[in-house]
Amino acid sequence: MHSYRLTHLKELESESIHILREVASQFDNPTLLFSGGKDSILCFHLARKAFYPAKVPFPLLHVDTGHNFPEAIDFRDALVKEHGATLLVGSVQKSIDEGKVQEETGYYASRNKLQTHTLLEAIETHKIDCAIGGARRDEEKARAKERVFSHRDEFGQWDPKNQRPELWNLYNGRKRPGEHFRAFPISNWTEMDVWQYILLEKIPIPSIYFSHEREVFERDGVIYANSSFMRLKPDEKPYMKRVRFRTVGDMSCTGAVDSPASTLEEIIEEVASTRTTERGSRMDDKRSEAAMEDRKKEGYF
Amino acid sequence: MSSTNGYLDMDLLRFTTAGSVDDGKSTLIGRLLYDSRSIFDDQLEAVEKASSKRGSGEVDLSLLTDGLRAEREQGITIDVAYRYFATPRRKFIIADTPGHIQYTRNMVTGASTANLAIILVDARKGIQEQTNRHAFIASLLGIPHIVFCINKMDLVDYDEKVFKDIQHQLEDFSSKLDVRDLNFIPISALKGDNVVIRSNRMDWYQGSTLMYMLENIHISGDRNHIDRRLPVQHVIRPMTDEWHDFRGFAGQINAGIFRTGDPVQVLPSGFQSTIKSIHMGEHEVNEAFAPQSVTVTLQDEIDISRGDMIVGPNNLPNSSQDVDVMLCWLNERPLQPNGKYVVKHTTRDARCMVKEVAYKMDINTLRKFPDDNKAIGMNDIGRVHLRTTVPLHFDPYSRNRSTGSLILVDEATNETVAAGMIV
Repeated sequence: MHSYRLTHLKELESESIHILREVASQFDNPTLLFSGGKDSILCFHLARKAFYPAKVPFPLLHVDTGHNFPEAIDFRDALVKEHGATLLVGSVQKSIDEGKVQEETGYYASRNKLQTHTLLEAIETHKIDCAIGGARRDEEKARAKERVFSHRDEFGQWDPKNQRPELWNLYNGRKRPGEHFRAFPISNWTEMDVWQYILLEKIPIPSIYFSHEREVFERDGVIYANSSFMRLKPDEKPYMKRVRFRTVGDMSCTGAVDSPASTLEEIIEEVASTRTTERGSRMDDKRSEAAMEDRKKEGYF
Repeated sequence: MSSTNGYLDMDLLRFTTAGSVDDGKSTLIGRLLYDSRSIFDDQLEAVEKASSKRGSGEVDLSLLTDGLRAEREQGITIDVAYRYFATPRRKFIIADTPGHIQYTRNMVTGASTANLAIILVDARKGIQEQTNRHAFIASLLGIPHIVFCINKMDLVDYDEKVFKDIQHQLEDFSSKLDVRDLNFIPISALKGDNVVIRSNRMDWYQGSTLMYMLENIHISGDRNHIDRRLPVQHVIRPMTDEWHDFRGFAGQINAGIFRTGDPVQVLPSGFQSTIKSIHMGEHEVNEAFAPQSVTVTLQDEIDISRGDMIVGPNNLPNSSQDVDVMLCWLNERPLQPNGKYVVKHTTRDARCMVKEVAYKMDINTLRKFPDDNKAIGMNDIGRVHLRTTVPLHFDPYSRNRSTGSLILVDEATNETVAAGMIV
């Protein structure tokens, strides 16, 4: 007898597709925030499934800090070309050049926080009413409380204490002019789910997720890729090492892990046995206990 | 190699936990996460750091779930928090709801998607007012499985009589509720008895541990595979050379099994046709079932748009502009008699007027309040008659949690103000 039972990955997939179709139906001008990282690649993959055989009915938006891993940018451009997608780019460098934001200085300078301004400006310029993001609730505890359809006021701010209740699979995307939404179709996925699904569906991802030789240096116990964006302290000496990255963010705040994992199967084994969270190597989250919540309130993703 | 090979056999269980901090809820969740190795070193380190900063001697596991600054500052849980863990058999999603503040609003939210509810009872205190309230809400929200965990058994000398007395009282109370599957487990979340590891201090208990129950309880039978319901979410028209005439109706199957060649009827038009193809991404399949998201095409060209529903012709839902619901009020601004609201039901949006409040429930006693007490405010539950601008196609909530549920939205604030279970 046939068993009408879904695996957890297929149930998550179905839920995410439902959410993406709700976004396309409830909003006039949504966009998918695309960083070139695995979570945004997963969202795009799910969006292709949701609307097949039609094209994904919304553009991708990359908030570009200018401090990218070249591998991630190459991957982004190839993906856009292959699937005939539309790519919008919001440039943090442009925001700096126009004097709208001030570049941080010092050894710990990062453009991570500056992204918020560029994102909100892109949302306004392109009249975006819903920005779809690949954030997951297991990543960080402020995100554990975020709705799938998350309302933003006219200043792009999130009010965590006054969120709309979200029940069943009924999503309320009603808003006033000037307000917008963030939608998180993979809210209920964990890091492990994402990797298992990438393996199951054979989804291509940028090479920096796999173990490779690279020039790195160590700071506060975290391994960073050496690049022209990083200012080294006198005692920091770059050296070659086999590493991979668990997340793909801005080069100035994304730490590498010492890892020989060069296949998806090996990555999954590593994730299963690892004892720190993905964001444990993100400098941007370490600034304070409420670092993520504070940035999110201002409009960060 | 288990994690790469085993994942295809895992399924998903969503559960909600009810009980106040005093009942040991955070400790229980911490125990489940910790013993299933779902707490990472950096999370534990951060919690230990925060605990010692506050001067509390023990590691406070509630700090793991209390994610917002205001929650940590005030030592309270404000909102539903979602937590995740997995064992080789299952992936689990916990909707962790606060016990005291805005209990109804949050518990209803967490319960709406849950397969199972864990309700904690302090063995020393026995059944409290809130125990009944939690059980009632779990039953009202149609959660198929309830597990009462009689906690703090270590503080009553692991006494069988204490457990049995509470169990009997809970069974008496629950006979008034509509719950299919009731379970009782004596535990000590603090000491770990019967949570993940079987207790050797309660030989008199022959049942399973909580973790075993979570891993093995049968849930695929909870889905309605009989009534065929596909609310149309989105119409897919590629308009390319290759797919010139393709018109696909996309949606998540709410109930039933759809097969190619099946006769179907479209509501509200009433037109009948046959399923030509079923698509899941690039793949074509011969059958699909709830809760899969699919795109179907039909043999005949029928005008179909978002908000319509594709159903089995021999088994139609109710179609009516008059809908009776049990309504949970979620907003500070109380229900306005004769007020107008937006109603969201499946993929259909309509407007509605509250025609009548039949009664308000006292959720602590399960009795109706007297007729002069019908004002429905935040956290209240009542039976209400709605009149909608267009017909809704629905089933009773007890038969189908998807086609039987709706939310009300305030047109002035756009806030979700109520959750409704269709009677």
